[in-house]
Amino acid sequence: MSLRSPLAKAVGWGSAKEGAAHWWWQRITAVALVPLSVWFVFSIVPLAGADHATVVAWMQSPLVASLLILFIVLVLHHNQLGMQVVFEDYIHTEWLKLTCLILLKFATVLIGLIGTLSILKVALGGR
Amino acid sequence: MTTNNRPLSPHLQVYRLPLPALLSITHRASGVFLAIGTLALVYWVLAIASGAEEFQGVQERFGSITGRGLLFLWTGALFYHLCNGVRHLFWDIGSGFEITTVYRSGWTVMVVAVALTLLSWLAAYAMRGGGA
Repeated sequence: MSLRSPLAKAVGWGSAKEGAAHWWWQRITAVALVPLSVWFVFSIVPLAGADHATVVAWMQSPLVASLLILFIVLVLHHNQLGMQVVFEDYIHTEWLKLTCLILLKFATVLIGLIGTLSILKVALGGR
Repeated sequence: MTTNNRPLSPHLQVYRLPLPALLSITHRASGVFLAIGTLALVYWVLAIASGAEEFQGVQERFGSITGRGLLFLWTGALFYHLCNGVRHLFWDIGSGFEITTVYRSGWTVMVVAVALTLLSWLAAYAMRGGGA
């Protein structure tokens, strides 16, 4: 006999009450990344082989800078959720799995900061 | 106790994956590959912020044979993951589960992804107007 109520089973949130959050955010970021990825490809294709001045001028548009930051941040969040599942599925040594998961979170934040600050620096007029 | 030789699970060495399974594992593989590609994107953005000289060096690295090869594969992975991701989103709202639809959408994803990859590279080379 289970001590869990039928409602608890149906809702399925577990003790932390956030079981659906991972799944849900992966979808939310996916939906947002559909138009953003198309925008990114359309923007990056004409920049093939461009020189520094051209790329800087492109990035100094507030619209471009905003969308690029949004793209990188959402991509990183989406990556992080996906890579977490990959690590959980394929790494069976507990300490190694945990180490990888923690490094993944740290790396995600670091890469996000580097990307965001680089874009802001260019967008706000620095070289 | 009688035993039979029926496989207990799809045994990857002897079991040919059907198309939907192949597309499923490719979705995951392309996602991992794109996560690595994100590092390249941030590296490029960092180079822009680091000045003209650094940027030139990074552009040459991306413009090398290896660089172009990787960028081409990342383009393909992006379009595949994008198209197949949309296919997954339709499944998430409960549509497209009929077996014929699953195969048809699978083939559509592959054709569209290849077409968009080739198209964007043709456009890139055309807009570039020759040069190195």
